[in-house]
Amino acid sequence: MKTFKIGGIHPEENKLAKANPVELFPIPKQVTVFLTQHLGAPSVPQVQKGDKVKVGQLIGKAEAFICANVHSPVSGTVAKIEPVADFLGYKKDAVVIDVEGDEWAEGIDTSTELKKDITLNKQEIIDRMKACGIVGLGGACFPTHVKYMVPPDKKVDYLLINAAECEPYITVDYRMMLERADEVMVGIEAMLIASGAPVALIGVEANKPDAIAHLTKVAANYKNIQVVELKTKYPQGAEKQLIKALTNRNVPNGKLPIEVGCIVNNIATAFAIYEAVQKNKPIIETFTTVSGKAVENLKNYRVRIGTCINDILNAVGIPEDTGKIISGGPMMGKAISNLTAFTVKGMSSLLLMTEKESKRGEVYECLRCGKCVHACPMGLEPYMLHAFSELQRYEDCEKYGIMNCIECGSCSFGCPSNRPILDMIRVGKNKTGAMIRARK
Amino acid sequence: MTPTVTTILYAALIIGAIGMIAAVILYFVSKAFKVIEDPRIDEVAEHLPGANCGGCGFAGCRALAEAIVKANTLDGYKCPAGGDMKAIAAVMGLEAAETEPMVAVVRCNGSCENAPAKVKYDSALSCQFATSIYAGESACPFGCLGCGDCVKACKFDAIHIDDTTGLPVVDEEKCVGCGACAKTCPRKVIEIRLKGKLGRRVFVSCVNKEKGAAARKNCSAACIGCGKCAKACPFEAITVENNLAYIDFTKCKSCRKCAGECPIGAIHAVNFPPKKEAPAAPAEKPAAAAEAPSNPASEQ
Repeated sequence: MKTFKIGGIHPEENKLAKANPVELFPIPKQVTVFLTQHLGAPSVPQVQKGDKVKVGQLIGKAEAFICANVHSPVSGTVAKIEPVADFLGYKKDAVVIDVEGDEWAEGIDTSTELKKDITLNKQEIIDRMKACGIVGLGGACFPTHVKYMVPPDKKVDYLLINAAECEPYITVDYRMMLERADEVMVGIEAMLIASGAPVALIGVEANKPDAIAHLTKVAANYKNIQVVELKTKYPQGAEKQLIKALTNRNVPNGKLPIEVGCIVNNIATAFAIYEAVQKNKPIIETFTTVSGKAVENLKNYRVRIGTCINDILNAVGIPEDTGKIISGGPMMGKAISNLTAFTVKGMSSLLLMTEKESKRGEVYECLRCGKCVHACPMGLEPYMLHAFSELQRYEDCEKYGIMNCIECGSCSFGCPSNRPILDMIRVGKNKTGAMIRARK
Repeated sequence: MTPTVTTILYAALIIGAIGMIAAVILYFVSKAFKVIEDPRIDEVAEHLPGANCGGCGFAGCRALAEAIVKANTLDGYKCPAGGDMKAIAAVMGLEAAETEPMVAVVRCNGSCENAPAKVKYDSALSCQFATSIYAGESACPFGCLGCGDCVKACKFDAIHIDDTTGLPVVDEEKCVGCGACAKTCPRKVIEIRLKGKLGRRVFVSCVNKEKGAAARKNCSAACIGCGKCAKACPFEAITVENNLAYIDFTKCKSCRKCAGECPIGAIHAVNFPPKKEAPAAPAEKPAAAAEAPSNPASEQ
């Protein structure tokens, strides 16, 4: 069975909500839509206070190169445009909309039937991705249309679809494979046209055998799409690791996947592209797993963007034994410090960790046991990077390849001394990056 | 002679001969490759504190000494950490400019009491990291995070985190105003300000730029940018920008009128003697305060 070669870990899978079909979360009375829902520059507001908006109407326009459009997830009246605290507590510009009814903007197909035939050509598909504000829904929220602007001297050999879902707890991708396989396949067809790749490979980890069986059955109708079973190992869903696992190609340090003829997208992104290309529907919803060991009411929700996180959690019921609430997976997600924040594109889960799970153990000195070195999927020496970051020796950080760190957290995961290895590496990576940029 | 004695004798002779040869080589090599260094560098370095704090902008004290000797001027070269610039000027045969002592000032009063914690931080003890993952335990996105990056940066053991308030406290006796803490603070809470006569100085103990209501929601000691202090200031030393008042220490005459006006108590006046008059006569207080710093100065 295929997998990446260096490092990797096996965290407890805890796919607790896997049996629960995706439910629609009710539309809230008011939504707060951040103008930055993606990597890159903020989008520019296109509405004013008092404006009437419809579902899917453009409210934030992408003007910078790396930026994505933002659309209204509801119909109603713009109450205000002001800075609102995001889930980390930092204020970002947002459009607050009072919801009235559920009226969709013109030109959006709201029917649920499968539309198979793709009528758009390569450029039209890329333009549609941009217009519909498609971003990578695997977590980074990188504007997708930028990925498809392939330099003229490069050729795409493989379109890789990341359905590994290697993060514990998260089950929305799994549910999507079971419930939306047909739509996903049409989305991938559109992506094949946009990228010019001859073949698409869907990488699924072996811990989801029913998903693999179902996807393989559906993919049989599409001659350029193959499903590949991967050995379960974290971080299989990381871009470079997935490329290694599926194509055995190594992306050179500091380069993008296009360097080795690959484009990687998440399966959720494929579904979003299906809706954009076939139904002209922008991203106005996010698929979110609400899970945790103490949660009784496990859910896979389809939530409108801009819904208050607190409303979702209250609908599920916050258990008494909750130590930490995380947005994203337990490995790479971030702890939520402001529960009155709002959902954004790519918020793939809300995890309620128990007190015991969330508590970090006492930190001891580094034993030089080398577990972090063994676990690092990028072949780095995390304990050294941690030490250099702490000593602010950023030149050495650079020499030891800190910029190649993908921040997967495999190093911190196994550390017997509970050292905050990744935390310090993030600081060092930030500083080293600034140092390198200043040099240019 | 027994074989043992011969062995010892030979060994001693060989080692001695090698020593002699090496000494001769060393003598000539040291002559040939002699590094001529300006003796003033050592003299200048002697008058520097030797803590290598980097506050002067150079890698260390000796680097500053080398730079001064090379440039042969004191313009733009200054040890902020208590180096004897007058003595250095004497070594160099130059005049030293008079400078007033500076001190690090922590401009945040978001103590555990004023800004109660809403979440608990449990991660790497580094402000640099903490600021990247959340706004702060009190949710103030501007205030001190209390992880002690400044404590680690200080070469003079002059700044420590107070256990009850969770805020750093500067030891004025030890602080030399080198600015290492201010440079490392990711929130720019620490500022290097004039120490003031007898250490008396007035400053706004807040850096929150949010609107008043938003700032007060997280911290009862936050500046709301009402501008009362700016109106009260007779020296135009106070500016209010982005909902935040700032006292220009080069213009401030330590009259403390602003401190009396501030409805929040965000303006701190430190090291002043306790006020004698009852709070019923506020008009006279600032005048008395204005005199206070000038009196000891005339005695000196």
